[in-house]
Amino acid sequence: MNGGADLGGMMGFGPVVPEENEPNFHADWEARVMGMVVALGAAGQWNLDQSRFARESLSPADYMSLPYYAIWLEAAQKLMLERGMVTEGELTAGRAIADPIPVKRTLSPADVPAALAKGGPVDRPAETHPTFAPGDIIRTINIHPDSHTRLPRYARDKTGMIERIHGHHVFPDTNARGEGEQPTWLYKVSFTAYALWGNRANPNDRVTLDLWEPYLRPAE
Amino acid sequence: MHDHSDHSHMTDTEARVRALETVLTEKGYIDPAAVDAIIQTYETEIGPRNGAHVVAKAWSDPAFRAWLEQDATAAIHSLGYASRQGEHMQAVFNGPGQHHLVVCTLCSCYPWSVLGLPPVWYKSPPFRSRAVIDPRGVLADFGLTLPEDTAITVHDSTAEMRYLVIPERPEGTDSWSEEQLATLVNRDSMIGTALADAP
Repeated sequence: MNGGADLGGMMGFGPVVPEENEPNFHADWEARVMGMVVALGAAGQWNLDQSRFARESLSPADYMSLPYYAIWLEAAQKLMLERGMVTEGELTAGRAIADPIPVKRTLSPADVPAALAKGGPVDRPAETHPTFAPGDIIRTINIHPDSHTRLPRYARDKTGMIERIHGHHVFPDTNARGEGEQPTWLYKVSFTAYALWGNRANPNDRVTLDLWEPYLRPAE
Repeated sequence: MHDHSDHSHMTDTEARVRALETVLTEKGYIDPAAVDAIIQTYETEIGPRNGAHVVAKAWSDPAFRAWLEQDATAAIHSLGYASRQGEHMQAVFNGPGQHHLVVCTLCSCYPWSVLGLPPVWYKSPPFRSRAVIDPRGVLADFGLTLPEDTAITVHDSTAEMRYLVIPERPEGTDSWSEEQLATLVNRDSMIGTALADAP
């Protein structure tokens, strides 16, 4: 979606301000949110792409101004409310009122190392061959879906070159809509900065994106 | 602990987070001790020293460097750095006239397994918006100015590939051991917003 998260190429945010000796968390609540969101993955109530969509569908003004872990908090609450895991009344009261819904599993402390080590690989076996090969010139499609996509606005309808075939990966656009993983080929695609940004670009510079085959067409 | 936003907002957020954790615990969806263990892992075990080890090994072991170029996932996992947000890795190599910078314009994709949790600036709009359109301006914010004829490649992490920049090995380190070299590898040099430290 063309939401507040699709930031590439926007202007007016000011300089990047690195922080000396930055801690992982600036308040206890940030740590709790990170830990809870990671732990809730074990419940199996949403996939990665659904959680990204929940974050990016916050109002752009909120998305651009909230601390990052507050974005995680808002999105996690939204996902849990949608699925009936919690109710507004419970969040207000700060205690359980309704019965829990059945979930896949509750992550135990003993399972944390294994769960973190396993992560969530998204490569899937392939029964097809990739359409494109390194060196091929492609053009990205021009789409503006209301739903989740990983083709940013600044790279739509642009000409680039296939640099590498990464593998056969879960397709976020369908996975976020609950239409299944529909794995497809993932490529590293290189664009000249000039193709993306015109005359302001340094002619030596490039931007690469990792893009799935449905986003790509042979260049005419 | 301190915060940058207005106090009342943070107090409200803290209260909401506490309420949420209580509800989730009472309903059996989370075990707070597991939340503690996750936080503890990223506070003490998984951080940029992992990435520094990978870089120092790439500098001192040509076979490992070749493996990294070919299959960074396997090469990095072989050192024991296989975990969440590092399932699929690619290494990119700085060299004479070549500089790499990593960003995630759409969210905050970052190689947790080798760098730990991302800093606030990496997740914030100023970096995410400008890294792709004005990489030289972003580098200048970090005090790094590269020659105009150095080619900058910006990697926008739009999929589940996680990028690790292998900075150039500093001059004057020929006799250095892998362990010594690792001390020169700062976190930002593995994102591409800095060079490795001088000896």
